[in-house]
Amino acid sequence: MGQITLQQVRKAFGDVEVIPPLDLNINDGEFVVFVGPSGCGKSTLLRLIAGLEDVSGGMISIDGNDATALPPAKRGLAMVFQSYALYPHMTVRKNIAFPMRMAGMDQAEQDRRIEGAAKALNLTDYLDRRPGQLSGGQRQRVAIGRAIVREPSAFLFDEPLSNLDAALRHGMRLEIAELHKRLDTTMIYVTHDQIEAMTLADKIVVLQAGVIEQVGSPMELYNSPRNVFVAGFIGSPKMNLLTGTEASNRGAHTVGIRPEHIDVSATEGTWKGTVGVAEHLGSDTFFHVHVEGMQEPMTIRASGDLTMSHGDTIYLTPDEQRFHKFDNAGLRVE
Amino acid sequence: MARAVTNQRKALNTVIAWSIGFLIFFPILWTILTSFKTEADAIANPPIFLGFDWTLENYAEVMDRSNYARFLSNSILIAGGSTILGIIIAIPAAWSMAFVPSRRTKDILLWMLSTKMLPAVGVLYPIYLLCIQLGVLDNRFALVVILMLINLPIIVWMLYTYFREIPGEILEASRMDGASLKEEILYVLTPMAVPGIASTLLLNFILAWNEAFWTLNLTSVDAAPLTAFIASYSSPEGLFFAKLSAASTMAIAPILILGWFSQKQLVRGLTFGAVK
Repeated sequence: MGQITLQQVRKAFGDVEVIPPLDLNINDGEFVVFVGPSGCGKSTLLRLIAGLEDVSGGMISIDGNDATALPPAKRGLAMVFQSYALYPHMTVRKNIAFPMRMAGMDQAEQDRRIEGAAKALNLTDYLDRRPGQLSGGQRQRVAIGRAIVREPSAFLFDEPLSNLDAALRHGMRLEIAELHKRLDTTMIYVTHDQIEAMTLADKIVVLQAGVIEQVGSPMELYNSPRNVFVAGFIGSPKMNLLTGTEASNRGAHTVGIRPEHIDVSATEGTWKGTVGVAEHLGSDTFFHVHVEGMQEPMTIRASGDLTMSHGDTIYLTPDEQRFHKFDNAGLRVE
Repeated sequence: MARAVTNQRKALNTVIAWSIGFLIFFPILWTILTSFKTEADAIANPPIFLGFDWTLENYAEVMDRSNYARFLSNSILIAGGSTILGIIIAIPAAWSMAFVPSRRTKDILLWMLSTKMLPAVGVLYPIYLLCIQLGVLDNRFALVVILMLINLPIIVWMLYTYFREIPGEILEASRMDGASLKEEILYVLTPMAVPGIASTLLLNFILAWNEAFWTLNLTSVDAAPLTAFIASYSSPEGLFFAKLSAASTMAIAPILILGWFSQKQLVRGLTFGAVK
C-alpha cells in the first residue's frame, strides 16, 4: 500500500515561505511526477514527504496514518538520491543490505532479496565491488536496488537521472518505467525535465514557486493546460504564445499554438515569415521562424524531409481548432 | 599538454629537495649526534661532525640524575588526555556545525579561531592565579584541561573541514534506510570520517606533546612532562650541551617515531582540502 495525502502542507525557511499551504492526493500504485523549473520547491516537497525536512504546518498521511511527525525511517518510504548517496566504504552487497540490516531482518532473507535485486538490476557480477569502482549507471542501479529490497510502500526519486549522460538517461528512464510496471508500487519522481515527466508519469504535478499550477495526466496537461505557465512548460519544443492582435482576433488575452499544430508551406499561408534557425533532427525538423509583425520567433515542428534553411521565406497556417486561449490573468478560457 | 621535464631538471629538483630536507632536519641530527659526544667534544671548535669518540655516558648520567619514566608518563598522560578529551568534545561540536549549521556557525568558528591569535603569555597571569586559587598548580589533570582548551579550536576546525567533505545526502540516505542517530554515526559517519579523526588525533597529540609554554609555567615536580625534563638541563649549573642533547633526544624520540610511522596520515591531515 502506498497512498499519500498532503493536507494544507506548508514549508517556510525562516521568513521565506517556499511552499504555501498545499493539498495533494497520491493514490496507491500511481507514478506521480513533480515537475517545475529549478527552485520551484519540488525537491523540498519530496523531502517533506520523506521526512528529511519538517513541515511548517499541515498534515502528511501515509496509508491513512498521520505521518507528519514520524522520522524518515518510520515512514516506510525508500528514496533514490540525485547523487546516488551510496555508502562509499561498503561493498555493493552491503549497500543493498543496509536497510535490511537496520530492520534486523534475518540473514537468509537478506541474501535472498539481495540476489533477487542484483539479478533484476544486472548487478550480480558487481556485488563485491565498492561504489567507487562502478560507473554512473551502475551506481544508480545500486541505489535503486537498495530501495527495492525494503519493499517500501512508496519510492521517492529526487532527480535520479540528472547526473547521467544522455544515452544512459534514456536507458535508465525505461528501466524505471519497467520497474514501476513490475512492482506496481507508488512512485514519486522529481525532475525538471518535462520529457521525463511526460514519459514516466501517470499523474504530473506542475509546480511553480511552491504552488501547484496543475495536476493531471500527461495528455490532460498537454491538451488542456490550465494556465499560461503550464502551457509553456509542458511540451517540447515549447508552445508558441501570442498576445496582441493575434490573440484579440481570437477573443483572448493570450493564445497558444503548439509547434506541431502549424502547417508549413513555401507558397501560401496565414502568416509569412523567414526561417531563422532550422534544427534538423532527422525524423523532424524544428524551424524557428521570424513572422512579420510578431516580436518573438515562432517554433514549428515539421516533417524531416522539408528542406528549407536560414533566410528562406516560409508560410505558416495554424490549425484554428488547436488554439489554446487564456484570459488576462493567464487562466484558460474555453 | 603536460610540461616537459628533462632528466637533468629532475635530477636538479631531487638534489634541491634533499638539500632543503637535510637543512630542516639538521638541528635534530646535530642534537642527536651531540648526545653521543663527551662534553668536551660537544663544545669543540671547529665542531666535530662524525669523527668523535662515541659514548653513551650522557644517557647514563641523564637516566641516573632524573626520573625519565615519570616525565615520559606525564607527557603521555597530558598529551594523550588532552587530545582524547578534546576529540570527545569536538566531534559533536563539529558534527552540528557541519551538518546542522545555524546562521551563526561561521561566526562561532571564527571566534574560536581568534582565541589562537592571542599570545599565550597574555593570559598567563589570570590562568596562573586561577590555578593557585583552585589549588591545581603542578597538577596533571589541570594541565590536561588547559592544553585541551588551547587545542580545541584546532581540533574542531579540523574535524569540521573533514565532516564538511562528507555529503549530507549519504547521511540522509541512512536515515531513510532506517538508521537511528546512533546507527547513523556508528555505521555511516564514523567509518567515512576515520581518516580525518585519526589525523586530527595525531596532529593534536604532537602539538600537545611539544607544548612548552604552559607545561613549563604551570608545573614543577609532580606534573612535569618531558619539556620540563629538557629545560632542567639548560640553566642552573651552566650549559652541558651533551647532556642537554641526550635529554632532548630522549624527549623527542617517542614523538619522532610516532610521526615517522604515521607520516602518511599526517600529511593528509595537514593538506586536507588544499589538495583535492
